[in-house]
Amino acid sequence: MNQTILVDENGKRTDGRSIDELREIKLTVGILKNANGSAFIEFGKNKIIVAVYGPREVHPKHMAQPDKCVLRCRYHMSPFSTDTRKNPAPSRREIEISKVMREALEPAVVLEDYPRAAIDIFVEVLQADGGSRCAGITAASVALADAGINMRDLVAACAAGKINDKIVLDINDVEDKEGSADMPVAYLPNLEKISLLQLDGVLTQSQFTECLEKAVQGCKMVYEIQRKALMEKYFGNDIPIDEETSEEVKE
Amino acid sequence: MLEIKRKYVIPGDVIIEGNYKPLMNVIRKENSIIATRIGIAESSKDGIKVIPLSGIYIPRINDIVIGKIIDNSSLSWEVDINSCFSAHLPAQDVFGRDFSPARDDMKKRFAPGDLVTTRIIAFDRTRDPMLTIQERDLGRISHGEFLKISSTRVPRLIGKRGSMIQTIEQATQTKILIGQNGILVVSGKNDEGISLAFKAIKMVEEEAHTSNLTQKVKDLLNVKDELQQVESENNSSGNNEAYINSHNENNSKTNDVENNNDTNNEITKTSSGDSS
Repeated sequence: MNQTILVDENGKRTDGRSIDELREIKLTVGILKNANGSAFIEFGKNKIIVAVYGPREVHPKHMAQPDKCVLRCRYHMSPFSTDTRKNPAPSRREIEISKVMREALEPAVVLEDYPRAAIDIFVEVLQADGGSRCAGITAASVALADAGINMRDLVAACAAGKINDKIVLDINDVEDKEGSADMPVAYLPNLEKISLLQLDGVLTQSQFTECLEKAVQGCKMVYEIQRKALMEKYFGNDIPIDEETSEEVKE
Repeated sequence: MLEIKRKYVIPGDVIIEGNYKPLMNVIRKENSIIATRIGIAESSKDGIKVIPLSGIYIPRINDIVIGKIIDNSSLSWEVDINSCFSAHLPAQDVFGRDFSPARDDMKKRFAPGDLVTTRIIAFDRTRDPMLTIQERDLGRISHGEFLKISSTRVPRLIGKRGSMIQTIEQATQTKILIGQNGILVVSGKNDEGISLAFKAIKMVEEEAHTSNLTQKVKDLLNVKDELQQVESENNSSGNNEAYINSHNENNSKTNDVENNNDTNNEITKTSSGDSS
């Protein structure tokens, strides 16, 4: 039985990363003209574009809630996002991820501030390579902030998993298919709360704890990238002012 | 008493610890005040707030807004005020208490597509905003060029006591109506003035939070400093009153660095002198 070597003797994975290393993440904010907020994320080989519309009027009207805003989320993979053409109709996986994404983002958005309105989030995967739901949530939370929607905190998401009996951070497509467990986690860094936790695979109790801790560490690293992207878009080269410094440096 | 000056925040950032009053775009979590939007955090004697840099217009009572008539029912007009809620203008407000749908023709007064300057008189969580035109300077707009900007930039466009918008109006010989919802109507005698005004407004919108904006706008309009000061004292167009009244509430929003000459902040003053 040929087992793909996912982690070799030097601790290097198939793409050269170490056990605790995230893939390269690039996040650009505010790239769509028509959307209220938008973001484009490249999470390893994943390329995902997110558009946020809202708050806006709910159509159909009967879906409006009198006391809070309705959050609608659509996760969709383009037909060209995987190596074989993916049928454009929403699959069960996409419906599940849409639901799970909405539930991950809802605790962060202050829905009570926009009664009788709706916020629509569209996540379009242009290229998929494992961990797209985490990348999608990360980009969606940045797009929501870009749209000026009141949020208690950003949501950062990252997955950890088990390959060859080792708990590793941020698994890609190959590791997902060949590995034995995959755990996507979404985390609110300032409130220190988890809003998404899924497990696909088998883990012992201690492996589970280790995997969860690793994923939360990964989320914190992702949060730094989110913060940097937002600061760059809005505040450009201005150096943020701390309470301690009394002098402000201008461009 | 400024505990913090111009702190850049994103949602979830802790602005300050302590027992302060949360004002706008902030929430309290235990003993700290947290920002809920991307913007500039400021503290005043009333409390802590965040001046947002993005987002659609959320209606506020007493705001002057420019809306477009979309439709009418038998008792009111439906008005698009560039928000997630569409507003309504009651027919009784326009025709008087003894309005009767049979006798008075609503379409004669305002037809779909008309732009109107109105004030929001009622708005709460349970219903859509209600408008009025029973005031000076409110009513149908008969001519001008329409422009939409982000509603978060309106205070900066108005400037302290209307200074920025007056500069643009005088330099381009135009009259600019501003709604708090980000809708503008620019009217003037010549087209160059109008397109120059558009350029200046776009510049303010894009660079609202940067320093030395007033100087950049003046350079674009080729205005001399002393001339501008004299003219602003003499300026008494009715237009100014309408938006100065609504701007007074937003006064602290325009407390940008270069306007800090009024606040007691020596260091910032020196910095603004040094930078070009």
